[in-house]
Formats: sequence, C-alpha cells, structure tokens
Amino acid sequence: MEMANIYTALTDIFHDVFGDDTIVVSPDLTADDVVEWDSLSHIRLVLSVEKRFGVRFSASETGKLKNVGELAGLIQTKL
Amino acid sequence: MSENLYRDLAWLPRMPPDFDARCRSAAEAGEALGQRVHSLASYALDENALARLAKVIGGAGARGASLAPLVPFRLGIVSNATTHFLVPALIATAARHGMALDCAEADFDQPVQQALAADSAINSFQPAATLVALDYRGLPLRPSPGDSDAASATVAACLRHLDTIREGIHRHSDAICVMQTIPRPPEAIFGDLDFALAGTMRSLIEAINRGLAERLVGSSDILFDVAGLAETVGLAQWHDPKLWNLAKVPFSNTFLPLYAEHACRLLAAMRGRSRRCLVLDLDNTLWGGVIGDDGLDGIVIGQGDATGEAHLELQRTALALRDRGIVLAISSKNNEETARLPFRQHPEMLLREEHIAVFQANWDDKASNIRAIAKELSLGIDSLAFTDDNPVERDLVRRFLPEVAVPELPDDPALFSRTLSAAGYFATTAFSAEDRHRAEFYQTNARRVALQSQCNDIDAYLTSLAMVIHFRPFDDTGRARITQLINKSNQFNLTTRRYTEAEVRAIQADPGCFTLQVRLADAFGDNGMIGVIICRAIEADWEIDTWLMSCRVLGRKVELAVLQEILHHARRRGIHRIIGRYRPTERNAMVADHYLKLGFTALEQSRDGSSSWRLDVAAAPAHATPMEVERSGFASLDTDEVADAR
Repeated sequence: MEMANIYTALTDIFHDVFGDDTIVVSPDLTADDVVEWDSLSHIRLVLSVEKRFGVRFSASETGKLKNVGELAGLIQTKL
Repeated sequence: MSENLYRDLAWLPRMPPDFDARCRSAAEAGEALGQRVHSLASYALDENALARLAKVIGGAGARGASLAPLVPFRLGIVSNATTHFLVPALIATAARHGMALDCAEADFDQPVQQALAADSAINSFQPAATLVALDYRGLPLRPSPGDSDAASATVAACLRHLDTIREGIHRHSDAICVMQTIPRPPEAIFGDLDFALAGTMRSLIEAINRGLAERLVGSSDILFDVAGLAETVGLAQWHDPKLWNLAKVPFSNTFLPLYAEHACRLLAAMRGRSRRCLVLDLDNTLWGGVIGDDGLDGIVIGQGDATGEAHLELQRTALALRDRGIVLAISSKNNEETARLPFRQHPEMLLREEHIAVFQANWDDKASNIRAIAKELSLGIDSLAFTDDNPVERDLVRRFLPEVAVPELPDDPALFSRTLSAAGYFATTAFSAEDRHRAEFYQTNARRVALQSQCNDIDAYLTSLAMVIHFRPFDDTGRARITQLINKSNQFNLTTRRYTEAEVRAIQADPGCFTLQVRLADAFGDNGMIGVIICRAIEADWEIDTWLMSCRVLGRKVELAVLQEILHHARRRGIHRIIGRYRPTERNAMVADHYLKLGFTALEQSRDGSSSWRLDVAAAPAHATPMEVERSGFASLDTDEVADAR
C-alpha cells in the first residue's frame, strides 16, 4: 500500500478514536500533541489500526513506537 | 452476517454514515437531548462509536442538561482488571435501553477492599447496582490436578471470596450485586482430560460457576452469565493474552459492545423494561412464500425442506417464548380468512390460533396495527418486539413507533430464530410459576381489533422512501417475468386471466393492445417488476384486460401512479374512456373496491360479485404520487416523452 493511502486511513482512525476531526496526522505527530492520547487510548488506537489494516502487532512492537511515522512504517512492513 | 451476528450486534440497524455529525449536533442541541441520544444508541455501534456517544452523554451530565426521558441509573463497578474501556461502552449502551447511566469505578484491582470499606468509591456512591466484574485472574484459583480434596477446598475458597464481596457491598450500600460467571481460559494442560480431572482450571471454574448460580437463586442479587457469552462467541476469541499483558484488559475489546449490551439488558430487566409481547409477520417470516398467492399447498413450512424447517424453527422459538409467558400477536398484510388458514388447516404448523392473543391481518399500515395490538393487550408500546422479513415494514415501524424493538433479519430464514434470540428482548432476572401462565391471561383466542386511526404522516414517510417507478411496454427481455406474474399473481389481480408466453408475445405485437410492465425501486433497493397492465382498444375506449401487482408494494400509492400512467398514454392516443372489470376469485377480494377507490364510476355489478367500471379520460383528475416517474421504450407516437426517459 502507498504511504499516502496509509496516512489517509490513519487520519480517519485518529479522528474516530480521539473523537476530534481537527487532528492533522503527520509523521512527527506524537502522543504529546493529542490531549486524549494516553496509554489506554493508545490501546484503542492500536486495536483500531489492527482492524482497519487487517494486521496484528505484538506488545513490544507497539510499545516502542515514538511517533506516527514509525507506526506508519510498521504498518507497511506488515502489509 | 451469520459469523458476526453476536460480535457486530447484527440485529440492530447499521450505523448511519452521518453518525459522527449527529453526535456533534446532539452535543450542541439544547432540546430533546434524551431522545436524540436514545435514537443514536439504537444502532449497532462499535467501540469507538460507543465512546463518542458516551462523551455526548457525559457532556450533558457535566453541564447539567436533562437526559429525560432516559431514566437515571447509578452503577458501581468493582473488578480485578482494567474497567477504563468498560465505562463509556456501558454508558452509551444503557441509553439504548432507556437509561442514563452514572458509573463509579472502584480502584484498580481492589475488589475486596472496596467492597468492605463503607467510604469506598463505590459504596459511598450509593449505586442501585454494583457490577462485580471478576475474571479467573481475580480469584484464589490454585490448580491441583487429580487432587479432588484440594479442588473442593479451592472451589469453596473462591466462592467464599465472592460471598465476602457481596456481603460487604450489601452491608455498606443498598446496591444489588450483578455477579459474573467466569469464562475459562481456552488453554488446556492435559488436553481432553482437563474436563474429566478434578482440580484442573476447567473443572474448578465449572464448579465455581455452578456454585455461584446456585447461591444466587432466591437472593436479590443477579447472575450475569459472562461465561456463557464468551462460549457463544468462542473462548479463543474472547481471551486476548496480549491485551491482558499490555493493560490488564480482561477480554478482547472486540466484544465490548456485546458485553455492554448484555450487562445493560440485565439492568433494564431489573427496572422491568424487558419486552412482553412478540408481534410476528406471516408471509416469508412464519412460513416460506405468500399464502394469498401460493395457497395452503404452496407455502413452505415443516420438516423435509430446508426452508420449511428454518421457518418452523422460528415458530418453535415463538412457542417457547410463549411457554415462558411472552404474549404472541400477528401483524400481516393479508385477508384475514386467508391468513388464518395455515393456523387452522396446515398440518405442519406448530403455531395455532389458540397461541395468538391478537391477530391483525388487513391491508392497513403495520404501525397502526401494532398500536392497536398494544392497546388491546393494555401493554405499553415499549413492551413490544416486532419481527418481519420485509425491510420496508421494519423501517416504517421503527420510524412511527421507535419504542418498538424491531430486529434486522438476515436474508436467510435459517438465521431468523437465532437472530431473534441474540437480540435478547425478553431477558429477565427471575422466572416464576405466574410468568408461565401470563400468556394465557392475555389470551382471547386470536381476536382481531379495530384500528383506531391511521398514521397521518404516511405520505411523508412514502416520500422518504425515494421511490422510482419505471414504466415500459412489454418487450422480449421482460416477457418471461411478465408471463410468470400473469400466471402466479392471485391477490392483487383484477381479472386473473392466465396467458401463455406465446399469448403474451401476441399481445406485445398487437397494435390494438396497450401494455405496461411496471418496476419499482426504493431506498431499500430494486423491487424488480411489480406490476403488469394490458389494455385492449375497443373503438375509442380502453378496456383493462389485466391489472395485477405484487402485494409487496401495497399501501405505497403505486396503483395511483399506474392509473396516472394509463391516463397519460390514453390522452395521447385520443382514448375517451377507460373500462375496468373486476372478476372475483377465492383470493382477490382485496381488490373488489379497486376501481371505486381510484374514482371510477360503476357501470354494472352482477350477483356473482363481478363488476365493471368507467373513467372518462378528459374528466379524470391528476393526482400527485410520492414517487419519481420514469418511462422508456414507448413508440414514436410518444416522441414528446423522450425527454422523460432515462
């Protein structure tokens, strides 16, 4: 899948999970930039990503993600 | 649909595409917030949608806005696991069941301490109920394979642990405890032997669940059979080791909507909000086929046929519900005598007239009929559930009577019974001998009640169906279906003249014949060909040789649109009068007044019931119909119509 398509899908997921349509999803976006992005909503985010792309992540994979760019990269390796 | 019936709450209508927008506008709205929230909660919401709706509800609570008519309910939650995800799912789901839920969570993994302390977060909250959401990791479970003494001691210790929590909650609050059974983990140590051997996880958990169920009988506390729920969807799907390791989430979030739905059903049942009456459609719901067209020998019901067995299974479920006190009623678009025939004479029918409290078979809209049923039984509209295979009828009832529970049904009747059961409309927390006889109290042997009033907004509803009617003269492509309809339609058929395909071809080619094949599409999809018209020219008149329509589109003003179309072509051809004839058969009584209702004047009425009618083309008034008209394929005489054709 093209990286651009991954970001389009991620944008929908972020808006859905955090209930905020103004979030702009870019590679350098981190949990510090989104008020509602705490360790628990991070789980909802990961589950939504798994469902949307039909992939599975291990705890260690999702635990060490630093920003959205790394998440998008991880998704691409699984597709 | 079948695989994901439970996980996706497939008996609820799909989430609308503008769900987010409707949540936002509900959050900003000052009025009718309770109704809006209730209506938004009525869809099959996934976890994220539940969280979003919960935010709307929470926002209303924070600014003190009223959520009426939702009834307030205070719920405490104690758990050995993370309940963070549970709370929004419960709050949004409770709105589906008419409740405004307010939750207090005990501190993480302190169920006993929280239950025993008078000033704990849950006890001081004074909840109406406290959900004790323990899973196997929250019990003192020590496997001792092969050691039955140790196993008994472990089971007793676990039950004592649960008793301690219950007693603490009762001592320090008035809450009713909602106690969960324990879903066992799917991992086996021995394999099949785990089930036989004392002291394995499997044996221990089984004994604990049984012991818990037994001690709750006769108490004021309530059993929440989470183990049964997990088995229904699959234990391997239910337990997600990664989520437990990551954040002590007790089961896969995929099933959060299902878990919340089941929990809220129990809370609603505590408040006496479960359903008491099941209203059933007949054709293609209780049996396969259309009794009015196919006749007693033609409908499919009973053993030896896959479709017949599927419908029989739904009858069996309805009968089992009646045995536990649920009242049964019928709402069907049919002639009453025809509709009662299978109940009286079909040997394979399980349901008989004596099982039916109110039997409404007529041609009026189902919303009016269901209202009449509720009134006759002195039950609230919100006590009724309505099962119908036809999506248009389901949608109409949902719109006019949003209080009635109307399950979505899959196309395959094999899943009707399971879907109705999964919807859980009749969940109760107790069962008494009195309940068993309740259905009989309501019984008056399938009586029929007069309709009070029609729904006056039917026109607006019909407009919302976005119907498109398409007219076309007979052609080669349509001929097989035209012939089929001519030979199959019995009820909405004015003359019941049967023609072979060769005869239909001759009519198509005859310049003295004017023909129409009528198709109808609506917001729910394409209904295909639903009507056939044949007019024969006799000097300057058209005699309607054949007028037949599918009963599926009755009550939608289609016949009015067809008449307009006939008049449209009659005018262009200089026709003076339209002559209509009614020839009675055993099955077409419903159209005896067809021409009268359409404004024709009677020419003659014979003793055998047949009649003929006249309409002057020049004097016929134009009627607006709630649908878009399309036409194609008409001869060059109608060149001025090309613009109309698509």
